[in-house]
Amino acid sequence: MRVKFNFRLASFITALVLLAIPRVSAEVHSNPLNISAADAKADVHSHKGMNCATCHASRETQSPKSAAATSAGPIRREKVNQLCGSCHADAVRMKQFNPSMRTDQLPKYQTSVHGIKFAHGDSKVAVCTDCHGAHGIRPASDPLSPVHPLNVATTCQRCHADADYMKAYGIKTDQFSEYTNSVHHKAMKDRGDLSAPTCSTCHGSHGAVPPGVNAVANVCSTCHMMQAKFFDQSPHKDLFADGCATCHGSHAIKHPTDDFIGMSAGAACASCHGADDEGGKAATAIHQHLAALENDIAHSKAVLDRAEHFGMDVSDAQVELKSAGDALTKARVSLHTAQLSRVDEDLQAGSKIVAKSRTAGEAALAERQHRRRGLWIPLSAILAVVLSLVVYIREMERNGSR
Amino acid sequence: MSATAKVQNWIDERLDVEELSAPLLKKTVPVHRHSYWYFLGGLTLFFFMVQIATGLLLLLYYRPSAGEAYESVQRITNQVHFGWLVRSIHAWSANLMVLSVFAHLFSVAFYRAYRKPRELTWISGVLVLFLVLGFGFSGYLLPWNTRAYFATKVGTEVPGQIPIIGRAIMILMRGGEDVTGATLSRFFALHVCLLPALAIGMVMLHLALVQKFGTSVPASIENEWKSYPSRQKEIRFFPNFFLRELAGWYIALAVLVILAVLFPSELGIKADPFGSAPPGIKPEWYFLAQFQTLRMIPSKILGIDGELVGILGFGVAPVALIGLPFLENMLGKRGVQLVRAGLVLGLLYLCVMSLIGYLAK
Repeated sequence: MRVKFNFRLASFITALVLLAIPRVSAEVHSNPLNISAADAKADVHSHKGMNCATCHASRETQSPKSAAATSAGPIRREKVNQLCGSCHADAVRMKQFNPSMRTDQLPKYQTSVHGIKFAHGDSKVAVCTDCHGAHGIRPASDPLSPVHPLNVATTCQRCHADADYMKAYGIKTDQFSEYTNSVHHKAMKDRGDLSAPTCSTCHGSHGAVPPGVNAVANVCSTCHMMQAKFFDQSPHKDLFADGCATCHGSHAIKHPTDDFIGMSAGAACASCHGADDEGGKAATAIHQHLAALENDIAHSKAVLDRAEHFGMDVSDAQVELKSAGDALTKARVSLHTAQLSRVDEDLQAGSKIVAKSRTAGEAALAERQHRRRGLWIPLSAILAVVLSLVVYIREMERNGSR
Repeated sequence: MSATAKVQNWIDERLDVEELSAPLLKKTVPVHRHSYWYFLGGLTLFFFMVQIATGLLLLLYYRPSAGEAYESVQRITNQVHFGWLVRSIHAWSANLMVLSVFAHLFSVAFYRAYRKPRELTWISGVLVLFLVLGFGFSGYLLPWNTRAYFATKVGTEVPGQIPIIGRAIMILMRGGEDVTGATLSRFFALHVCLLPALAIGMVMLHLALVQKFGTSVPASIENEWKSYPSRQKEIRFFPNFFLRELAGWYIALAVLVILAVLFPSELGIKADPFGSAPPGIKPEWYFLAQFQTLRMIPSKILGIDGELVGILGFGVAPVALIGLPFLENMLGKRGVQLVRAGLVLGLLYLCVMSLIGYLAK
């Protein structure tokens, strides 16, 4: 009886202590760590059944994975990566939580600029918690996570846009401000296109390194495959030291218009070519041919819209005209060959479609005119019948048939 | 004896045409300052005949399946000789028929032509109006374009809101949960078989009743004629009124041709059931008032779902319209004024809500 009572008491106390640990920890750290209730609730680790002790408990008493934890107190910065890696690099352990989750973050990190500098004792470089947070860690798919695609650039700029912090490394700090003016950032933020590139798309996330000169084209080609393929066929391939970035820049990549090619002010070609050299002439011709097809498409569209406005059915021609736009897009890609003949090949295909569509539109407008002119025939006949009827009725009633 | 006279004699011997046509020849039409309204009934009949004629021509090429409907209408419009004209006349005539049937109904209602003994003539006329609206609703889907598809989707959702039986009605109309090729087949069968059969029967009944009871004279004119019998005038239906009506039909035909040529019926883009509804989708003008009502109605009225109240209101209105002659008697001494006030309000409601719906983005 006595034994039974003690066992119950001990169980009760143990339960109280277990329940109290996370609460006490949260209360102790609530002010300095500033963990909001929402963060605590959203923490992916707490969802998987982990609590403060999982990371903070000492090696001897609690976690077999606590090699990095020196005591129940704060975790030292130099031990953070090792602590995170103790689970995240353990394929067997991670499998029970998410079988498809990668476990190569730590080895990749060790190959990154961050990892290499960290290994050499530079504790200023990013460790896991700098990007992912320490408490209230959300999965990367959560839009509130600092490593969600929408937030990655903001997370990186916390260090990389800080001139004082970066001073020791001698690297630029305007990448973020440049990126926020780029077409990529616009796609990400304005259109919500999560596939648009952010810092980690080109530089990598855990294995973050600046792409080398030869790797730039490879990085861009992961998305812009056709442009890269055509660029490889161009005379520029061996001449452009920075690859794609030579014309497009790296972080402040603008949406390229047709004015980007040619010899006018602001055109990329004009920065190397003279107006009279072969390259300059080809660039001018490409620019003119692109503009000509664009004008032709707009003109044909106006003709078809006018016909449609008058109720003529030109839906087939409208659909066909869209493929002329596709040809123009193709030409804008094939111009990466820097070969006029190759660009003209695509443009001529577009021109044929444009001519066909415009003919259809003009035929529809001519048909409309034809119908309007023909309208007088039935109207005259009807008018004649109505007048005859009126005369007949009057005559009939005058003769007393009323 | 000429050949024509021989044929006439042959037919007369067997059918006694003179006896058959006697009621028509005896029929007269009153002449007074409001008699131009009498042309509206005949005008509606003319548009109905145009619909039958052009509908039959369209049937030669139209294919009622989701895969072929749009393409067949495209073929009618672009390849068949005068196909565009036939289709445009069919579309415009449908709109003008709805307009003339509404105008005829309101003119009859305001002149109280539904008075005893013409209650059945009124009821058959109101039923013709409903059938005409049914033609409009079912025919709208047949080109299988985006606008028609989504308008039908919205239109068939409306009865779906009726408690208990609503869902069953919606599924019956659609031939399934959604608007599909099955809906198109149903609407086609409705448009070219069931509704024409019912409409032809109802129009014949309506004409027979008009023939039996004669043309109604507005109460004010009737009283005037009682006081001054010399002012009473009338003309023979045949040929005097008929020839006037015929002239009116020719003018209507001219209007139809002008509209069809200057504003040909658009075809739009083929319906894509997986696509999203285009912004600002609206039904045909004659359903705009109801559509706008459902858009503007509060979500709750006296604790009841607002949309449901609106739909029940749409159900009550036709019943009230059919029962108008009896309603006037039931309301007692002030029945005439109350019914007239109701008609004015109803007409105002239809015009204002249609206008708001038309202008709404």
